[in-house]
Amino acid sequence: MITPTGRRRRLGEHVTAYGFLCAALVVFAVFAWYPAIRNVVLSFQEVNFVRGSSWVGLENFSYILDDPLFAKAWRNSALFTLYALLLGFGVPFVTALLINEFRHARAYFRVLVYLPVMLPPVVVALMWRWFYQPEGGLINEVIGGVGLPTSEWTNSSSTALISLVIASTWANMGTATLIYLAALQTIPGELYEAAELEGAGILRRIWHVTIPQTRFVILMLLLLQVIATMQVFTEPFVMTGGGPEDSTVTVMLLIYRYAFVYNNFGAASAMSLLLLLVLAVFSAAYLRVTRSQQT
Amino acid sequence: MTRRAYRRTRRCLATTAVLALTLAACSSDGEGGGEDGKVTLHINGQPPNTDERELRVFLAEIEAFEAEHPDIDIVPHEGFMDPETFNTRVAGGDLEDVFYVYFTDPAGIIEQGYAADITDYLADVPHLDQIRPELHEAFQDEEGRQYGIPTANYSMGLLYNRDLFEQAGLDPNAPPTTWEEVRAASAAIAELGGGVTGYGECATENTGGWHLTTEIYSVGGAVAEPEGDGWRAAFNTPETVRLLENLRAMRWEDNSMGSDQMRSCEDVMVQMGAGQLGMYVAAPDNLPTLVRQYDGTYENLGLAPIPDQGGTLLGGEGYMINAGASEEEIEAALTWLQWRFVNPDEIERRIEEAAADELPVGLPMPPTPDIWVEGEIRDSVEALKEQHANVPVEHVRTFMEAAPTVEGHIEPPRAQEVYAILDNVMQGVLTDEGADIQGLLDRAEDDVNRVYGAS
Repeated sequence: MITPTGRRRRLGEHVTAYGFLCAALVVFAVFAWYPAIRNVVLSFQEVNFVRGSSWVGLENFSYILDDPLFAKAWRNSALFTLYALLLGFGVPFVTALLINEFRHARAYFRVLVYLPVMLPPVVVALMWRWFYQPEGGLINEVIGGVGLPTSEWTNSSSTALISLVIASTWANMGTATLIYLAALQTIPGELYEAAELEGAGILRRIWHVTIPQTRFVILMLLLLQVIATMQVFTEPFVMTGGGPEDSTVTVMLLIYRYAFVYNNFGAASAMSLLLLLVLAVFSAAYLRVTRSQQT
Repeated sequence: MTRRAYRRTRRCLATTAVLALTLAACSSDGEGGGEDGKVTLHINGQPPNTDERELRVFLAEIEAFEAEHPDIDIVPHEGFMDPETFNTRVAGGDLEDVFYVYFTDPAGIIEQGYAADITDYLADVPHLDQIRPELHEAFQDEEGRQYGIPTANYSMGLLYNRDLFEQAGLDPNAPPTTWEEVRAASAAIAELGGGVTGYGECATENTGGWHLTTEIYSVGGAVAEPEGDGWRAAFNTPETVRLLENLRAMRWEDNSMGSDQMRSCEDVMVQMGAGQLGMYVAAPDNLPTLVRQYDGTYENLGLAPIPDQGGTLLGGEGYMINAGASEEEIEAALTWLQWRFVNPDEIERRIEEAAADELPVGLPMPPTPDIWVEGEIRDSVEALKEQHANVPVEHVRTFMEAAPTVEGHIEPPRAQEVYAILDNVMQGVLTDEGADIQGLLDRAEDDVNRVYGAS
């Protein structure tokens, strides 16, 4: 039986708990939910901060759909995401497998792989801009020095996008590698021993033991990577400005231009809303995957 | 709730209240009236603390102005035009009463109603009629109503490295006057080798479109022309094709422009300062920047008129007044702007001050911007410039002499959107050897017409 004193104490504890919850809710409401809702409202308005905004129905959507850059930006973002998945999944996974095999200096390699993540993204982008210079750039100097054909990298519309993906993968693979490595280390050694006894080689061990045992982590990281890379901004903004010939204009870069170069906040909000809807699909998939794992 | 928890909660609430009050106290009240009938004027344009000389001069100017006008209290704010925060400050009511703009900004600001119409206040402001009318145009709407004051301007020319000209056997006192001559000089300079390139272009962040606009003007063309109540693209002409063919030949046939083309203007300036570049299209204000930031020297740099001289791009800066300003604030703002920027009585003092601080005098830029119409004030400024010149003015003489005859054009409507489209044309020519120039122009024309809503 709860005494009046006990009830008061529990009530007091609840008030404190709700107090803390309220603070978190207020922060979320002000800095996350309100801007998101406001974005939806703005996407249906002609925005003016002095005269007041007016409702324009679907005009902003019609404007962005009519923009020749709309299709290019989505195509470039999708291609960036695809390349980033191929490179951004394969390279960290293989790197994690290699580090996992090391008997010595594993910590050293972990730090080495993670170091680029600690560099500010803008610094990384500026550094890679220099690496990619056709004349005097590090990469062409190295590959030209050993007799391999050089490339125009960010100076050509056919290689600019993949150049950005390489730079982005180098900068961001550290986190994925460490997560894969952690997942690899949870796989019981007996499974590999059993596979070896069955005569499985290294590739079959990876295919039949490593990948099934880490598939949840792989799927989770792939979904997170899609959500992140569809929003790529820093690399094209700093390294190419969207060029050459719009070959690296991404959805986020176009949103930035609408808002801060052309002062068209309605169009920027409409484009943001479309991006939100696309990413919501992947977010829902991510939630479903994590929930299924929990159950 | 325990006593401790209660105390904690109370402390949190008290802290929140104090924070809220502090924020409220810090926020602008939006009222211009101060105590004692003084008009308080919030202005931006204050140089950063790192620019000690400019900050010192700026604050001294305010002090001198306030001494002369005790009824006006100037409250300076650091910063100039920052497109990324401008709208946020408008939305938050934090935009200063008097705010700095580039010539590319007023059209959009006027359209959105963020600046006050000051036309009816201008009649009593001295010397404004002595500013070149084409500069006023940058601050006017289609009906000729005025929304700001131009304070400095530039026109584009051809900046070149005199040493490289000499080394290449070219006469540094006779820089190229046509685009064909630019091509020949560029090829000769590139022959020097050692990573030296003859001619450079900016190509990213809308600067490619900005430069191409200047070059289209130089061959007598236009980027946009009026059509009914609106505008339509006007750059898709045989002259522009010839201009771009010449550029393509420099890049791909002569190989005199190097291979790294996705560059901002800053990248080009780095190359020029390092003595690795022969020529590029630039405004006079690039000269001090090259000397101060990129190791260039006035002795080694020259500025020529834009090749072909069929016209050039006029740019510049000025100030606009917040749409929410009261009558008193507008009058005070115009008093300040006239005293600070359109004031023949203060020019000599400012020139001497700049010379004493070893800043360049003699160039068409502050402290002697080229804003005046032909007449007494202009003559007097030119005489003072010559008297106090501390840079080799003869290296920019051809540019200065041609300035009155090369027709200046302001930037096209919706300049940034147009420049973004023209960036593609510039990038296409510079990065794709097989670029279809006519195809690039056709696409750009369609895109620009879409921006203008023209069919």
